[in-house]
This record gives sequence, C-alpha cells and structure tokens, in this order.
Amino acid sequence: MGQFTPTPHDPDARGHFGPWGGRFVPEALIAAVDELAAEYDKARLDPEFVNEFKRLLRDFAGRPSLLTEAPKFAEHAGTRVWLKREDLNHTGSHKINNVLGQALLTKRMGKQRVIAETGAGQHGVATATACALLGLDCVVYMGEVDTERQSLNVARMRLLGAEVIPVKSGSRTLKDAINEALRDWVANVDDTHYLLGTAAGPHPFPLLVRDFHRIIGIEAREQILEKAGRLPDAVVACVGGGSNAIGIFHGFIDDTDVRLVGVEPGGSGLDSGSHGATLTAGTPGSLHGAMSYVMQDEDGQITEAHSISAGLDYPGVGPEHSHLKDIGRAEYFPVTDAEAMEAFALLSRTEGIIPAIESSHALAGALKLGPSLGPDGLLVVNLSGRGDKDMDTAVKYFGLADGGQA
Amino acid sequence: MSLSDVFATARAESRAALIGYLPAGFPTVEGSKDHLRSMIESGCDLVEVGLPFSDPVMDGPTIQAAAEQALSAGFRVRDLFDVVAAVADAGGRAVVMTYWNPVLRYGVDAFARDLAAAGGLGIITPDLVPDEAEDWMAASAAHGLDRTFLVAPSSTEERIAMTARASSGFLYATAVMGVTGARDVVSSAAPALVARVREHTTLPVGVGLGVRSGAQAAEIAGFADGVIVGSAFVTAAGESDAAVRALAADLAQGVRSAVAPV
Repeated sequence: MGQFTPTPHDPDARGHFGPWGGRFVPEALIAAVDELAAEYDKARLDPEFVNEFKRLLRDFAGRPSLLTEAPKFAEHAGTRVWLKREDLNHTGSHKINNVLGQALLTKRMGKQRVIAETGAGQHGVATATACALLGLDCVVYMGEVDTERQSLNVARMRLLGAEVIPVKSGSRTLKDAINEALRDWVANVDDTHYLLGTAAGPHPFPLLVRDFHRIIGIEAREQILEKAGRLPDAVVACVGGGSNAIGIFHGFIDDTDVRLVGVEPGGSGLDSGSHGATLTAGTPGSLHGAMSYVMQDEDGQITEAHSISAGLDYPGVGPEHSHLKDIGRAEYFPVTDAEAMEAFALLSRTEGIIPAIESSHALAGALKLGPSLGPDGLLVVNLSGRGDKDMDTAVKYFGLADGGQA
Repeated sequence: MSLSDVFATARAESRAALIGYLPAGFPTVEGSKDHLRSMIESGCDLVEVGLPFSDPVMDGPTIQAAAEQALSAGFRVRDLFDVVAAVADAGGRAVVMTYWNPVLRYGVDAFARDLAAAGGLGIITPDLVPDEAEDWMAASAAHGLDRTFLVAPSSTEERIAMTARASSGFLYATAVMGVTGARDVVSSAAPALVARVREHTTLPVGVGLGVRSGAQAAEIAGFADGVIVGSAFVTAAGESDAAVRALAADLAQGVRSAVAPV
C-alpha cells in the first residue's frame, strides 16, 4: 500500500473521525481549507507529485531512516526493543516529512509565502529549511517565552532566511503562536499557506499531515518484518499534537494484534495539574479548528500545558487520536518529566544515542510496558527526534556543567 | 422585541442600525454593565456582549487585551448571563458574540436556555460555520434565539447562500480579510460583499471589522443594514464612560447620515 492510498481510516468529506475533527474556523478561512483539501485530493493521486515527494525524502531528508535494535537499553525494559530512527533525518526529527509535503503543495497552489508556528523550534527549523530549498518566503511565529528558551533554533531559522516573529500575547507559548499564525492567515490567505506542524487543526490538516508521516510506519513495518521476522507486539510513540505517533501507527493500524501505544507528557504528574496529558486527562472541546480532547477549565477556557519537553507542551491533540482512543484501537498513558529524563539519560549511556526529550517519553513508555511483554516480546519505539536541541535542558536538569552525571 | 424588529425600526427611519460590541467583564462585570447601558442610551440599537475567551483567533490586539483583562479579573461564563440580563432590564437588546468552545463546554442547549432566560436575543458565532452547527440549530430553535453566522469576502456564492439559509435575525459580513481592530478607511471589499449577499437573501446585513468613526459609519450605512463597532468601543471603555457615550453618539449620528456608495 502506498503512502497516499486512501484507506478506510480516512475522515469523512468534512474531516470527521467519528465525532472528532471537522472545521471550527472562521468563515474567512473556509475557502483556503477547501482549496487545500481539493489540491491535496489531486496531489495524492498525481504520480508527479508523489514521485517528487519521494525524491526529496530520499535525496534531501535521507530516507529511509534506519531501524536499530537497542539490546542494552532493552535489558532495562525486559523485552526486545527496536528504534525507528527519525532522529537521523535531515533537521533532526520526523518533522521534515510533513514540511516537504506541504511545501510542495504550496508550490502547486501557486502560493509564495509560508507561515508556520513553532514551540521548541523543530517545526520552525524544518519549515525554514524546506522554504530555503524550494524558494518560498517563510515567516515563523514563536511564543516569546520559547524564543528565549530556544534561542539557538531562532538563530537557525534566521540563518535559513526565515523571519521569526516573537508572539507576546496570551501565555506566549505554542498555543499563542498558533493563534497568531491563524490571524496572519486570515489576513493574507490569498498568497499564503499556513504550514501547520502537527496532525491537528481544521480539515484537511489532520489527514494530510498524517499521510505525509505515514512513511514512518510503512518503513518500520517492512524493516521489522525483515529484521525480526515478525510484527511487534506494540508500537510506542510520544504524543503532543500527535504527528509522529499517527504516522507510525498507520503502518500497523490494520494489524489488529499490534498494540498502538501513545505516551503523553505527564509533567510533574497528573495530580499536580502541571502536565500536557490531553488524552488521559482532557475533555472534549474545539481548539485551533478541530473537535478533539483539550485541556480546559469548567468554563471552556483553554488551560496551559506543562512539560519539560517544549515540543509536547500543547493543550490539544490531533482529532484522529481522540477517535483511536474512543474506539479502543490505540491506548494512551502519561509518563512524568522525571521518567522521561531518566530514559533520556539511559538511552544515551546504553546505546550512544541522545534522543529528543519528546522521544524520551516514548522510551519511558517502553520501559513501563516492557516487563509485561517479557523477554520474547518485541517493541518498536518511534525515536522521533535527536536530543541536540535539548542540551540546555539536560545541562540544567542533571547539573552537567558542574561535573554532574546523568 | 426581536432582532428583526430592531432592523425594521431602523429601516422605517431610513437609516442603518448601530450595533456596539463590548466584552462582558471588561473592565469589570459591573463596569461592563454600565458601559453597555451607556451605549444603548447614547444610540446603539443593539449590543453584542462578548464572552472573553482564552484563545481569540479572530481578534486583534485591542479585544485580545480586553479579554485577557476580564479573565484575569476572574470573569466566569455565568457572569455573561448577568450582564445580558442587565442590558435587557434596562430596555436594551442584546446578542452574545462568542467563540464556540465555551458554549460547547457549558452545553449548547443549556447555554441557549440560560441566554434566552436572561433576555438575550441570539448568538453571533465567529468560529462556528453552519456546517458544524447541528446542535446549535436545534438549541436556538428550541429556545427562540436568532443565529448570526458570518460571511467573508472569500466566501463562495454557494456558501453565502447556505450561510444565509442557516441564519436568522441578521447576517454578519466581515468587511476585510483579517481580525478585529479599528482601521482608518472602510474596506473596499465591503460594498461588493454586501451586494453579493443581497443576491441570496433578504435578511438584514450588518458590516463589521475596522469601523471607528461617525464618518465611516455613514459610509457603511450607505449600503448595509447595520454598522458593527467593536474595538473602538473597547478602547473608549478603557478611557471613560463619557468616551463610550461620545463614541456612541458620534456613530449614531453617522448611521443617520448615510453616504451613497461610490
């Protein structure tokens, strides 16, 4: 099955996955999302588009990414563990898959300007990269708090020719960057594409972002069959907005014996109220254009998420995850900041791979899940990104600058 | 009195209706009641009571800041009904303008029920399109509330027709592609959009986004049934009640001095 082949898991024509998804956006944006949906419907069946996308993934992003066994890490998990190495992609995470696809769509629509939101800066850097490659103008909205936390990524984006606009409204983090990008889009929709970075937002974003990331699951399934001779017992991925998870899940979604496990940012623990575990602890609502689980108070005001990982620090989640949770096809649980940082250090020391703190949540999930599977069990963990960007956090967390040891 | 009466009265006087917006709870719950009453006394035919929301994607800096101030002062959704009731008790007419998530959270039917009980006439829904409004269609019908959906310069003919069919009371035409906020000149897209809307419906059409002066109101009154003013009232309310009254009076003069469209 190809990456863009329509499946029984596609949303309906208006973007609904069961009761989730849809379009909760101003009328002014409907024409733009209609145009995008129509263009994607054509592009996904157009061999020229599909081949160009595949060529960029191969020759620019460096796909296919490896599937690496992690035997020493696995000793701590009590079961066999394989890592899908999205950290080895150009720009250091899975984000490049979606960005290249949407940048090509932008060209097809004859638009010249791209806007994007970013939290930690990974999606912003990936977007700036694709825009540099394809000759598009790029503006990235980033919460002011995040521009301070991730100043190196701000410099990267600027080096790549993007304009970075610090967002000073609201909580000055990712959700406010999305708000500001939406405001820009309404005003400039004629020549501007909003390159949304996760599988959330109004239809068709959850569909097309997922499809651009389906390559992760397609490769992982082939690789594990070839290397281990069988399908895994579970596929494990971290879930903030949920794009890397939905990409790898889809490779196995029809293999009903394979558990799909999403690991959410538990922050300081669910009881503390300081977390980002939207699917575990959120309630239904509409945020940023779609119906999904959201973190909100009893008045429907969106509350702030908290995670040591800026990339998982989001009070919403892609609508297809809400659907997969409801129908029981996927399961979701949180791990805390401390558990994620322990896994971060463990993988670094045992396997020589420094994972992103986002991906460390999936690793911590594997450590929890492993013992129940036993030594003959088999896990595929999506290592969605590399940890270089997280060194500041690690230095502070482990006191590495003072001779501390993780 | 219903929304259609508001527009019928204005039409009988050969003028446009003046519609003023202020968030409930800005600067305080009691303060917003005072300002809304002043808006009515000084010439607003209808007020839009805004529900402060944490993530107002359709709003520019002025209304964003007002919503933030109201929320940090402790505004609760239940206060909205209190503010609407204060307007109704003073003989004014009120609709609510709100992002959809707080309504979903409250319960669409419960929200409609409590708004109707407070004397509100309807809801303007900036991020709810008719495509997703099944529950609201039912609740508004059950509780006798009007539904004001928005049309934009980017709306297709098909969508304008569909949106008009789903609406009652009046249609809200966004004059520009952009967010709320006072602007110096009336958008050239507005008259064209209103003309397109007229092809599909006899519903009154209100034009908003960017209006702040009597002269601009007069210009819009030349082609629309209602002139909607938001950010300028918020700015005035940040100054003084006298500023709110002066602005309403200036705008009320404007809607009575329609300038024929160029």
